[in-house]
Amino acid sequence: MNGNPYLEAFAWLGDPTHWSGPSGIPMRTLEHLGYTVLGVAVAALIAIPLGLFVGHTGIGKGIAVTAAGAARALPTLGLVTLFALMVGIGLTAPMLAFVILAIPSLLAGASSAVESADPATVDAARAQGMTEWQILTRVEVPLGMPLIVGGFRGATVQVVATAMLAAYVGNGGLGRYIFLGLGSQDYPQMIAGSVLVIALALVLDLALLLTQRLTLPRGTRPA
Amino acid sequence: MIGFENVRKEYPGGTLAVEDFSLEIASHEALVLVGTSGSGKTTLMRMINRMVDPTSGRVHIDGDDVASLDPVQLRRSVGYVMQASGLLPHRTVLDNIATVPVLRGTSKNEARRRAHELMETVGLDAALARRYPGQLSGGQQQRVGVARGLAADPNILLMDEPFGAVDPIVRRELQQELMHLQRDLKKTIVFVTHDIDEAFLVGDRVVLLKPGGVIAQIGTPQEILSDPADDFVASFVGADRGIRALHVERVDGRDVVVDADGRAAGVLESRAAAGRGPAGDGPTGESTRGGQPISDQPASDTPTGGQPRGATSP
Repeated sequence: MNGNPYLEAFAWLGDPTHWSGPSGIPMRTLEHLGYTVLGVAVAALIAIPLGLFVGHTGIGKGIAVTAAGAARALPTLGLVTLFALMVGIGLTAPMLAFVILAIPSLLAGASSAVESADPATVDAARAQGMTEWQILTRVEVPLGMPLIVGGFRGATVQVVATAMLAAYVGNGGLGRYIFLGLGSQDYPQMIAGSVLVIALALVLDLALLLTQRLTLPRGTRPA
Repeated sequence: MIGFENVRKEYPGGTLAVEDFSLEIASHEALVLVGTSGSGKTTLMRMINRMVDPTSGRVHIDGDDVASLDPVQLRRSVGYVMQASGLLPHRTVLDNIATVPVLRGTSKNEARRRAHELMETVGLDAALARRYPGQLSGGQQQRVGVARGLAADPNILLMDEPFGAVDPIVRRELQQELMHLQRDLKKTIVFVTHDIDEAFLVGDRVVLLKPGGVIAQIGTPQEILSDPADDFVASFVGADRGIRALHVERVDGRDVVVDADGRAAGVLESRAAAGRGPAGDGPTGESTRGGQPISDQPASDTPTGGQPRGATSP
């Protein structure tokens, strides 16, 4: 290990043997992406309905805000370790942590999306004879979609950056390179793993940013 | 017919919006609730389609207590035109107009076809059908709002300061067109405004409200102008300041109606010469209030400060 570890990291990334097989970069990236998508999806199943409910009714808003804030403050590594001690090595422990990590952004996005609808527009929709469900699905959600996607964006970036912790308790993903490198003091490999995680996070962020733009309802886009 | 029976509305926290209000609104009449803010006029109007439920008392439509009706179904059967249009910003003009028919189960195609007709009825260029509300002028938006209110062909049309957010010229235009529409459609209109001129223009009958939904006076514009019930009414309609006082001056053999400031309000015609409808194309001076020709006034000298019926009914 001599020379510049950053240059060596790029050499490591360029090595074709690292781009094939079950521990190759494409496979590890897919695993990493899989953990992220699964974590965010499970969190969304909980947080989106809850956020829409809180936003539409205003019920439990204080509790939701407090809980989301508290969840944000939890140290993820600590959570992963704690859950691993409770449920054992495997995917369950990190996944639980990712879900808890993703919920606050999704919850805040969904509830603020609903709240952002102009009260006069909502009142008009109600006065025309829309049911509360129709107001939610035909007015509040379409108008607030960019904010909902914004919640997904925040959650995804956080989970993708944290998903390397899955490898800490015996799973795959890009974290494997980081923890392998850490164990063997192979800094180029560690850096390469980090660069890959960063690149993946940037790509996902950009993709969701574009989605956010696309979900801006026609008629409300600035001309 | 719409009836209010001893209606009271108290909000949590003790704000009393309406104290004790009773009124009967005949079918096909245009009734205007007029008053300052805090008079409870919008609250009262919104009780008709259960956007507000009274704390006590009853509101009924054709004998049915609205409290016994499903609010969603009720609202779909009553047209509602709101202040600043209240259009859905993410839907096209056409889809905004089609909102209620679609909610009532009309197919989208049929609802859009009908929406096209309504655009013509309210004087909207068909080219605007695919536009979004944000791309329209304030006046156009209000026209869309009126078309949406009429889309399900309701018997009752509620109008909450519908022309309050547009400039005076457009407002006058919209008011005139509403009156033309009403002549054909004969809806029961409940119209809320704080503008007494608008109230006298639009209303078959006008209810003047004091704070707390207390009725100061009910009557036709003529009745209210000719015999204000009290100082509050006189002040509200401007009679105490001489704003409504017109007199006739004879100029070159014609009777010219002049307002308190000495400006010509119009020319007085004999009834025989003015056989046209009340909103016909009679001669109107540039400062005629209310925009209605004063052609129904029998030619007779009216002393300054008097309140000639008809001559002042805008």
